[in-house]
Amino acid sequence: MLHFAPWKTALVVLTCLAGLIFSAPNLFYERVERANDARASLALGAGDADAQAAAAAWPAWAPSSLINLGLDLRGGAHLLVEVAVEDVHQERLDALWPEARRALRELRDRIGPFRRIETAATELRIRLSDAAGAAFAAAAVRELAQPVAGGLLGPGGPDITVTDEGADLAVTLTEPAIAEMDQRTMAQSLEIVRRRIDETGTREPTIQRQGDDRILIQVPGIGSAEELLGLIGQTAKLTFHLVESATADAATRAGPNQIKVEDGEAPGRFYVLERRALVTGDRLTDAQPGFDGQTGEPVVNFRFDAAGARRFGEATAANVGRPFAVVLDDLVITAPTIREAITGGSGQISGQFTVESATQLAILLRAGALPAEITVLEQRTVGPDLGADSIAAGELAILIAFAAVLLFMGVSYGLFGLFANLALILNVAMLMALLSVIGATLTLPGIAGIVLTIGMAVDANVLIFERIREEAKRAKGAAKAIETGYERAFSAIVDANVTTFLAALILFSMGSGPVRGFAVTLGVGIVTSVFTATMVTRFFVAQWFSRARPKTLTV
Amino acid sequence: MRRLRLVPDDTSLNFLGARKIAAAGSAGLAALSLVLLLALGLNFGIDFRGGTMLEARTPAAADLGQIRGIAGGLGLGDVAVQAFGAPQDVLIRVETQPGDGDAQMAVVGTVQSALQAEIPGIEFRRVEVVGPKVSGELIVAGALAIAAAVGAVLIYIWLRFEWQFSLGAVAALVHDVVLTIGVFSLVRLEFNLSIIAALLTIVGYSLNDTVVVFDRVRENLRKYKQATLIEVLNRSINETLSRTVMTSVTTLIALLALYFLGGEVIRGFTFAMIWGVVVGTYSSIFVAAAVLLWLGVKRDWSTGEGDKGGPAGVQFGAQV
Repeated sequence: MLHFAPWKTALVVLTCLAGLIFSAPNLFYERVERANDARASLALGAGDADAQAAAAAWPAWAPSSLINLGLDLRGGAHLLVEVAVEDVHQERLDALWPEARRALRELRDRIGPFRRIETAATELRIRLSDAAGAAFAAAAVRELAQPVAGGLLGPGGPDITVTDEGADLAVTLTEPAIAEMDQRTMAQSLEIVRRRIDETGTREPTIQRQGDDRILIQVPGIGSAEELLGLIGQTAKLTFHLVESATADAATRAGPNQIKVEDGEAPGRFYVLERRALVTGDRLTDAQPGFDGQTGEPVVNFRFDAAGARRFGEATAANVGRPFAVVLDDLVITAPTIREAITGGSGQISGQFTVESATQLAILLRAGALPAEITVLEQRTVGPDLGADSIAAGELAILIAFAAVLLFMGVSYGLFGLFANLALILNVAMLMALLSVIGATLTLPGIAGIVLTIGMAVDANVLIFERIREEAKRAKGAAKAIETGYERAFSAIVDANVTTFLAALILFSMGSGPVRGFAVTLGVGIVTSVFTATMVTRFFVAQWFSRARPKTLTV
Repeated sequence: MRRLRLVPDDTSLNFLGARKIAAAGSAGLAALSLVLLLALGLNFGIDFRGGTMLEARTPAAADLGQIRGIAGGLGLGDVAVQAFGAPQDVLIRVETQPGDGDAQMAVVGTVQSALQAEIPGIEFRRVEVVGPKVSGELIVAGALAIAAAVGAVLIYIWLRFEWQFSLGAVAALVHDVVLTIGVFSLVRLEFNLSIIAALLTIVGYSLNDTVVVFDRVRENLRKYKQATLIEVLNRSINETLSRTVMTSVTTLIALLALYFLGGEVIRGFTFAMIWGVVVGTYSSIFVAAAVLLWLGVKRDWSTGEGDKGGPAGVQFGAQV
């Protein structure tokens, strides 16, 4: 019992040493952080003499993992957004219409005239003039179905269902098709959000999918969530259309194959445009902010890929003298007149831009359009100086709590209290080390978790010491008292800590952000405090006992 | 060497003798909490109610009336302005706006520019906007988390002890949670996500305390086979009293440091924890043990059940 097997001694000593060594970088937080950043940029081939110096400031052989600071401590923005995945469903059905029309036209002799009916439901509804041909027409539309990629289980079923309801054909998407489409929409949205944020060069952004249709974005250090929102809130769908007419009358109806779009610069003004786009933004290969050669106004210069350049060249050659509109997210930014064929594949968008808005639009165009609209569900921003204040307050609270608990344990348990205190210091070191190594994020509630751990960590020791006191009163020998004290206290320690650990586990699985940070520190703290109480203090007591060999015991 | 002893050796206080008074007190307070909850409700933060919150720092001491006038005159509905820690710091809360997510986000810009125009140099240190869709989900998730925690405890104690212990522990937990919610309703402190975290920690702490007492009860039930249940319970509480007080005091020391020094943002959280430690310590003795006494315990553990004569359930050995 009081004899420590060599392997156990080794375990205790090595764990404590590891705790001290791996928690050490956090004491030199800024220096290590700069060194890590400098090394990362040097590894990419970038970096200058400053980076060299910063990298050299922390020895390469030393551990360099740090505790990540959460947004509430470092400052930054947190956004939870929802992707309107259902937008894409109707788009897919709309895209099916020209194909269906072509197929049905070939059958006009047998089914008679037909037309598309606009409805509120997510469907493509085709009305035949004669219900008799419905079954036949439905079979023809069904031919257009494509198999859904079924993954490992082979091809899935068709992507559309066609039902004939009297004279109507209703084309809807099948469940597997919707599931696959949503999956793809989310993957694309994530990728585009990531590209846009990467373009700004912020460090360590977190971009995660949450649930079926949500994305969580956390960007440390960015000035405000609005800035972030400007970057991701815009769909950035760019299209070029020929203009049919311009009007200030909101009541104007667009004809078939036309769309009515409001002027982005002059609300209340509308353009009636050809529905079909000349070229779309996905044909862009580059977009850069710049200045107009003549007016000096900020503009966005862009370049098409080969196919886009050809199509744009042909369309402009055929329509010299007509105006065309540049449409961004259902608003016309500008509608210049085509003076000559634009064949070079590059062009310029001028609107009423500022330098910032031109730069932002260029980023958005480079990163590509989002496949569906994004709405913000939750936004949290913390300024960097509030974060710094929180850290300072947290540090002070930890130090004072630490000192007070150490003092209290010392006056209550004397030498044994000293052992417990040493173990408590090692405990906090191990906690810091574990949090650094697993890359946990420390939040403000997380600091509260550490403070609480300091308070509760001594509980296991208190249980043991109180038990040793009791056993010592029963006039057993000192060795026997210590031995039974540890033995008897053990089941209470296990039960008490397992229950708290359960609470931490539930917090972790149900919580988000800062609450989760608290759960992690609490849970890790329980593990380290049980270890220090049952192994480390016991090791100290055993060492002391084998040297001092006391006859009686005062705890 | 002299030691600080908060609890004298060998106490033999008749804790459970006072169980009727304690039961009346606890039941009264729990009922009061429920009445308060129904009558006043909770001061839900934006996590649960949705809406916008801005923490601002003004260059000089903040004039709450002025800020209230500016923010209240923007036609954004219910606007609350309150002091927040230092005299320059204020917290502005705006209720959920009709319309979708974008309408909520627009509030931030409106309030910020209106205040910046009137109070040059005002800084916005923290901005939070929670849409109505998310806030509804957060309430459900919070309630589920607490229910899950209590359920997990019920099962764990049942496995480790017996069902009577399990019910006693859960009664104590429910007591603690209800009284904490009651206090939040009474003092009108903001009830937000971090308070849910605090409630769960209180569940963990209170249980920790209860389990230590129960562990000793289990041991003493085997040791003093002739003693009545009330004697065993009182003895167990007295024997663990010193530990109970020591642990509560160290935890409270740490929490008080956090309460006074840890900053305004987590003050509500720490307040809940401090209250929870006090109530949790009380409930381990006067609720958990009292319920156990009332339900009675099967005493013939030494026979049957196998398991080295131990009680039903899993036993962890003490071999280390």
